[in-house]
Order: sequence, then structure tokens, then C-alpha cells
Amino acid sequence: MKNEWPLWEVFIRGQHGMSHRHVGSLHAADEESAIKNARDVYTRRNEGVSIWVVAARHIAASSPSEKGPLYEPSESKVYRHPTFFDIPDEVGAM
Amino acid sequence: MYAQMIKSEATQDDPERLAAFQARIDAGEKIEPKDWMPEGYRKTLIRQIGQHAHSEIVGQLPEGNWITRAPTLERKAILLAKVQDEAGHGLYLYCAAETLGVTRDELTEMLLDGRMKYSSIFNYPTLTWADMGAVGWLVDGAAIMNQVPLQRTSYGPYSRSMIRICKEESFHQRQGYDIMMKMAKGTDAQKRMAQDALNRMWFPSLMMFGPSDAESVHSEQSMSWKIKMNGNDELRQKFVDQTVPQAEYLGLTVPDPDLKWNDEKGGYDFTGPNWDEFFDVLRGNGPCNKERLAARNKAWNDGAWVRDGLMAHAEKKRAARMAAE
Ligand SMILES: [Fe+2]
Ligand SMILES: [Fe+2]
Repeated sequence: MKNEWPLWEVFIRGQHGMSHRHVGSLHAADEESAIKNARDVYTRRNEGVSIWVVAARHIAASSPSEKGPLYEPSESKVYRHPTFFDIPDEVGAM
Repeated sequence: MYAQMIKSEATQDDPERLAAFQARIDAGEKIEPKDWMPEGYRKTLIRQIGQHAHSEIVGQLPEGNWITRAPTLERKAILLAKVQDEAGHGLYLYCAAETLGVTRDELTEMLLDGRMKYSSIFNYPTLTWADMGAVGWLVDGAAIMNQVPLQRTSYGPYSRSMIRICKEESFHQRQGYDIMMKMAKGTDAQKRMAQDALNRMWFPSLMMFGPSDAESVHSEQSMSWKIKMNGNDELRQKFVDQTVPQAEYLGLTVPDPDLKWNDEKGGYDFTGPNWDEFFDVLRGNGPCNKERLAARNKAWNDGAWVRDGLMAHAEKKRAARMAAE
């Protein structure tokens, strides 16, 4: 009988107010044991203060073949970066 | 290494796609699970990452052997933490392998029925407490040699697990060396134990890097795919050069009468391991092969009711929640 535990993706928020970050995945029967396992597998050295687990089957991801259409439009919009604008030194910090 | 003698799979893909793929690797891009990749790349990686994962898991056995008999409570806690790290390393690597389209159960079954290998080193016994020192110092030391460059491997999930693993490894090597320092500076009996552990672990540690590159026909493809980062002889030399002064500091003698500094090459000349022994261990005839595989099979079989029970419980809870909604 094939009865493999489902796969969960694990996200951890560290001490310093950053967002949860994907750290890896693991297998567990349900969300409760997934969190317990994530504690053991991914926070053995104080790596986090909060754990999210998401069943891997619920993750929707962009596909590599869409790389062009998805990200190219932003390449030409250099004015979105502050360095696009020259502010004279006399104006001071901005 | 933890992955030894990985045979590169032949690839029969469209030459144009292969060239584009190689160009991405040469440009230092990471290959991610959903990207197109040659069949040979995928299969070779499954074998290599799988073997690496199995080594982490089986590698818990020789050290687990001493947890209950550690000389102090502190040493026991440290060894327990070290062995627990190795379990984690196995899990990171299994997950990386699974992104290539193999399931965890398939990987486990291939280990249990001998279709997949683990590193030869774990088929040697750990006879005394000094072996806990020698394993951390030499075996984890040799593993680090190979794992540090693998952080830059081309396959994203593999590279990320290597980065996590490397962060944890230097604790492993240092706790081992710390045990060796204590024993080597201890009573005569302790010093003899430390020397004996070095005598038994030295050549098996050199075997971890695999046979000489001259005999390794498969490394070229893996090197160009950035699955293998360095030659076996190159890493072995680096390991010897780093380890000999550490042995000298301990006042221990490396069990190789021909070991000699070679000014010209800027490294030691040393005796290679007995490769007949190495191949014999790979064939299943090492001192502990049967014991190791039996222990893994027993753990898997004895744990079946727990795996099934937790799944049944999760299913029941889910059904109850659905009914309540
Ligand atoms: Fe490890
Ligand atoms: Fe280790």
C-alpha cells in the first residue's frame, strides 16, 4: 500500500522583523505534525520565531517559459529606480 | 565522498537544447525544478543527491552507537545534537532529490533493497569512544572538503541544501577534534585509544573521495554540468595537507610510513588506500554492511504502523472537519 505522507513547504520568520522566508520542505501526516517537524528540522539553532507550513499541492508557481512575458516589461522602466533622477548637491539629502 | 562513483547518465536530447542548457550553466545560472533539463542531468542528480541523503541517514548509526555510553552528560548532549543534525541533512537532501521527480518512498526502498548506495565509510565499526572523535574530525572533515564547493553546484535545490548543511558541519568537525584533544592529552590508555582510532579511520577516510580521477570515466560530464566541482585526487590531497598538521598537534602519528612533505608540489606525498578493499566494501562485504542495512530495514518496517496510523488519524480529523462545516 502506498500511503506516503504529503509534502509541506516550510516558511520561517526570523528574529529581526523580516517576512517569512521559504526554507525548505518536509513530509508530515497533517499540519500539526508538519509544524512540529519543521521546528525540529529547520529551527535547531534559533533560526526563527514563527513557522508557516503550506501543503505543497496548494502552491501555484509561475512557469519558467513565461519568464520573458512576465518580467521583461519592467526592464525598460528604469525611471522606477531613484538613481534615474539627478538631484543637484545643493538640494541636500533626498 | 558521501556520493562515490556516481555514474553519469548518457543523454539523448536535442543538441540545440543541450547547448542552450550548457550555456546557462556556464553563465552561472541555477537550474530550477521546473526548468527544462537533459534526462542524463536529472537521473545523475537523483542518484548523486539520493546517495548523499542515504549517507547522512546511515551515517547516524555508527555515532548513534555511542550516545548511551558517552563519558559525560555534556558529551552525550553534544553527540545527540550532532546526530540529529545528520538526520536533518538527510531530510534536506531527500527533498532536493524529490524535486527531480522521484518520491521519498522510492528513494527509501532503493536504499533498503540495495539498489542505491551510501558512502563506504559508514560500513566501518565504531569500537571505542575515541572513534567519536575520529569520525567528527576525519569523516566530517572529509565531507566538508567536498560539500563546500558543492554549495555552488548548478542545481538550485541541491545548492541550497548544501548551503544549509555547510553552516552546520563545522560544529561536527570541531566537536570531534575536541574529543581527540581530550583523549590525546589524557592518560596513556586514552592516548592509545586515540591513536588506535586514527589508525583504523585514516585509510577509510581517504577512500571517501573515491578512486583516482585517472580511473573515473564519468567525472567529465558531471564536471561540465557543475554537479561535480573538483577531482577526487585534488580533494584527497587537500584533505591530507590539512589533516596532517592537526594530527601532529595532537601528538598522534598518521599510519603511513611513506607520508612525507614534498616541497616541490607544496603538499604531502602519501600512500593511497587499498582500492580492492574499497570495491569489496561497495559490493557489500565491509565489516558492517549487513548490520547497517538490517538496522535501516528494521526501522522502516517497525515504523510502518506509526506512518499509517498518523495518516489514518489525519484523514479522520479532515473528515470530521468537513462534516462540521
Ligand atoms: Fe551531514
Ligand atoms: Fe556532519
